Amino acid sequence: MQAPSAPLSELKEGARGVLREMNLAPKLTERLMNLGFLPGVEILVAGSGPGGDPRIYRVDGAEIALRAEVARRIVVRLTDRRAEA
Amino acid sequence: MPVAAPPSPGCGTKSPRADSTASGELLRGQDTRAAGRLFSTVAVIGPPNSGKTTLFNRLTGLRQKVGNFPGVTVEHHIGQIKHETGHTIALIDLPGIYSLSPQTEDERVAMDVLEGRMAGMPRPDAVIVVVDSTHLSRHLVLVAHVIALGVPALVVLNMADELRQQGGDVDVLELARQLGTPVVLASAVNGEGLPAINAFLFSATASPAPLELPVLHDALGCREWALRMGAHASYRRPASPVWTRRLDSVFLHRLWGPVVFLATVVGVFQITFSVGQPLSNAFAALLAAAGARLGNYFGAGLLRSLLLDGIWKGVGSVLVFLPQILLLFLVIGILEDSGYLARAAVIADRTMARAGLNGKCFIPLLSAYACAVPAIMATRTIESKRDRLATILIAPFMTCSARLPVYTMFIAAFVVDRPLLGIFFGTRAAAMLALYVLGFVVAVLTAWVLKASVLKGQDAHFVLEMPPYRRPTLASLGLRLMDRGKAFMYRAGTVILCVTIVLWALTAFPLQHGRPGPLPQSLAARAGRAMEPAIAPLGFNWKIGVGLLTSIAARETIIATLGTLYGADPESRSMDLPSALRHDLSPAAAIALLVFFAFAMQCTSTIAVVRRETNSWKWPALQFAYMTLLAYGAAFLAFHLYP
Repeated sequence: MQAPSAPLSELKEGARGVLREMNLAPKLTERLMNLGFLPGVEILVAGSGPGGDPRIYRVDGAEIALRAEVARRIVVRLTDRRAEA
Repeated sequence: MPVAAPPSPGCGTKSPRADSTASGELLRGQDTRAAGRLFSTVAVIGPPNSGKTTLFNRLTGLRQKVGNFPGVTVEHHIGQIKHETGHTIALIDLPGIYSLSPQTEDERVAMDVLEGRMAGMPRPDAVIVVVDSTHLSRHLVLVAHVIALGVPALVVLNMADELRQQGGDVDVLELARQLGTPVVLASAVNGEGLPAINAFLFSATASPAPLELPVLHDALGCREWALRMGAHASYRRPASPVWTRRLDSVFLHRLWGPVVFLATVVGVFQITFSVGQPLSNAFAALLAAAGARLGNYFGAGLLRSLLLDGIWKGVGSVLVFLPQILLLFLVIGILEDSGYLARAAVIADRTMARAGLNGKCFIPLLSAYACAVPAIMATRTIESKRDRLATILIAPFMTCSARLPVYTMFIAAFVVDRPLLGIFFGTRAAAMLALYVLGFVVAVLTAWVLKASVLKGQDAHFVLEMPPYRRPTLASLGLRLMDRGKAFMYRAGTVILCVTIVLWALTAFPLQHGRPGPLPQSLAARAGRAMEPAIAPLGFNWKIGVGLLTSIAARETIIATLGTLYGADPESRSMDLPSALRHDLSPAAAIALLVFFAFAMQCTSTIAVVRRETNSWKWPALQFAYMTLLAYGAAFLAFHLYP
């Protein structure tokens, strides 16, 4: 069964999702790909700055901070709906 | 781990086995054959945070020079490595990049250098690709791009110590076979793998056979290839470092994060004042004693006057601030090398966003408290062109160390020290803090205005990789301090020395009977009097006028100038500078001068760097005009509103 999709920014801290698409400018897309944001890769919401923005995402062993305005345009397939501390 | 290094035909004069401590090092490659030609230029390339610079420093030590690539704003270091045989190799440190697809300026520059299209720079004979072994599959993409160039390459899997500590592993032998190039597991921090890297550098190797590569412009294809390579080499990715997670749970905590952040900023200031100030004072006493001793060797006359009243006094009064500058760079260096500065950027981002900037601007702006020059250079990490420009334009408002001598001197001369909050916080500290706040507030307002007008736009992307926390190494900190210290000394030694001598000449000439004439008839007095009508509304006299002129070279020069001027004036010759100032200036004028210095862009080096970084005279000219007008207006208000 196809799991539901959501923008990365909607995921709770500790939740995971598999990257489906990025609707961002080509330059930013390439930069994120270089950092490991590739289709099919699992992303974990690892933490955040004060007030919940920017947030830190763990991708392929690296931790990358992104603002909500960027994370909103990254669509993930939910793999784990509950946070597991 | 045992030495897994079969000597290869290509590893030159030194057997890798000579390095008994190396573990898992390897130099091999069926295509790496002795060809009888030694490398003369080798490029070092690697992604950001791969430890490339640490390795470069480790290899070249102090034998390195900083420069700019012609026509672009990208900086490079070139270092020399000398072999025991006397052969010397020039090592070029290229900018940190993730791939060679020429998208960013850094990538274009790297590509131009590697393909020999960079003017004034020989095409490298070989390339050292430094990658972080704890992020192998991500970084192998760059390796693919480099190997595709067909030049001899050495792949350095850096941070081997972290890889092992965190339970990762890689079969370098198999990886080298897959890639067709020598591969070495190394740690720039503890020196592991260095003998093997040297062996590669000083061996003559032939170009590797072209490798079967994925489509280089297809990021996904590249990554699949990289994963395949990793799998072939039985790469086991390390667990994410436990300590980094633990520390992040505090440093990025909803409550503790901001608390630690504020404590850090306050701590940085506290250290520079409570430790730096006494250090500077001790150094000043030393310089003064040396000057007095030196004076005994010369009879009265022109030469003695030039040496003591001109050179020694001028340069000495600037040199005393070296301890403070080094201390601040030490603190910032520790924050950066430990990895905390990236967390600080995340914490600062929300706040910076209010001024229209992003968290990455925080790092350069914090450095601007030491010196605007490196701060403006550090804005290169900001991808958004508009945010970068805005940061460059506001950085000189931050209270830099060159303002400290001016602030310290005038506050000491005009503010009576009274306790406000016990022994820790007095009126002088409050005055200093007020000047810091003043600069910061104007910087934020300026940024806000800029981002709402000239630099309006929506391209502020905050993408920042969090490096794991690391213990800063003494070697890296030491080199950084040396680098900064040299830069500051260079300024003190050239710009300020020149200005001091010119100024001394202005005060000494025209000569009377072969000796310096009285000051009121000197050229300096004439220049200062000529501009007096323009600065009289600020409460400044002609001596301050001369100081304002000379401080355009560098802010701290005004101290040397006033020292020389009051030292040459018979009326104040016997007084120290603070007494002479009190004798000559009203408190309102002193406050006006402090305000003027908080805002004015009195720094030739900053102007030069802004021109270089923005690649035009337009921005530095606008910035200079804006800051000077603001300084004049604010000083005028301060002088007239002072009770």
